[in-house]
Amino acid sequence: MSSPKYGAAFINRQSFIELDARERATALLDAGTSRELVGPFDRVESPWLPMQGVTPQEDDGCVVMKGKIAGQAAVVIALEGAFQGGSMGEVSGEKMTAALDLARADNEKGIPTSAVILLETGGVRLQEANLGLAAIAEVMASILALRKHAPVICLTAGTVGCFGGMSLAAGLASYVVLTREGRLGMNGPEVIEQENGVDEFDSTDHALVWAIHGGEQRVDMGLADALVDDDTPQVVDAIRRLVLKGPPPVHRSSQVSLYRRRIEALDASRQWDPKELRALWTSNGFREDKR
Amino acid sequence: MEQIKLQYPARRKVSKRAHAGVVGSGDLEVLFEPAEGETAHVVIRTSVDGFGDTWKAVLDRFFTKYDGMVRIQINDAGATPGSVMLRLEQAVEASEQ
Repeated sequence: MSSPKYGAAFINRQSFIELDARERATALLDAGTSRELVGPFDRVESPWLPMQGVTPQEDDGCVVMKGKIAGQAAVVIALEGAFQGGSMGEVSGEKMTAALDLARADNEKGIPTSAVILLETGGVRLQEANLGLAAIAEVMASILALRKHAPVICLTAGTVGCFGGMSLAAGLASYVVLTREGRLGMNGPEVIEQENGVDEFDSTDHALVWAIHGGEQRVDMGLADALVDDDTPQVVDAIRRLVLKGPPPVHRSSQVSLYRRRIEALDASRQWDPKELRALWTSNGFREDKR
Repeated sequence: MEQIKLQYPARRKVSKRAHAGVVGSGDLEVLFEPAEGETAHVVIRTSVDGFGDTWKAVLDRFFTKYDGMVRIQINDAGATPGSVMLRLEQAVEASEQ
């Protein structure tokens, strides 16, 4: 990494992670095509946070932008990881669901419209409890309805990562794109440590956390489709390619027998190394979904 | 959470609205909207109670050099006075581009 070539590339890259949700959404859409729906000036904020003494954000941490990607109609829905950990509340969830449903309606009218969901989230917003859970269920139903028509692409660049209920939503996506810094998993490191103790999982051990939840591991295990550098042109290019590719012939979440076989092949009586797991799951016999 | 309302004299029309920042720890969100009338209205919601005097001092200073006819909304998650001033100036820049 000390060679001048890598040094210059690192210094000159345009970081995607450093962009906020609004800037990320704008960056993914073709220049000059983006238009925000239900933005901060519409003041559709969480009614529940002020009751609990928490300052709300005017867009409830969910940015919805309509525009074009590679010349095709698309909607980008970006969660702001810096606001309440990107958590899903009643309003942010409804914005995401409505945007996905409008994209489905456009597809049914003959206007191919794909969706890109930028997930930086710990899942349900605890202050909104059941409403957050319901919101995630609705998002998942809307992803399932839309993905028949057009690709639904989930992107987690970091640094929050994608955890909790929204990791299940990512599991339903047509494609998942991650950076090396991005993390994807159902239970986050702190949650595992809190529930099962530090012997089970040391959340302060970053090498361990990224070896398990990190983008490289998730892509190489086949739980995500593309690994990109934290470089805006590279991220934009990956999203464009997947939009143009259209929905996959079989979605990951429909490959039930493949994932059942993969899990059955794991001997839970011994500790597995993350790299061993990659090797096993990508070996012959674990690649195709045989029904 | 505490709500603080402040008013300042204004005389210059502002043509564009502007948004800056995020309600994240140590940061804040600022919304500028053009308004009628020669008074600028500021509404602050902050998660940290008991800093009314500090807010007034920061906004007093801001309005010594700003005279736009605007409605300002601030949603704060514990930003320092320096961060508040930078976000206000960022919003001014965006509203006058």
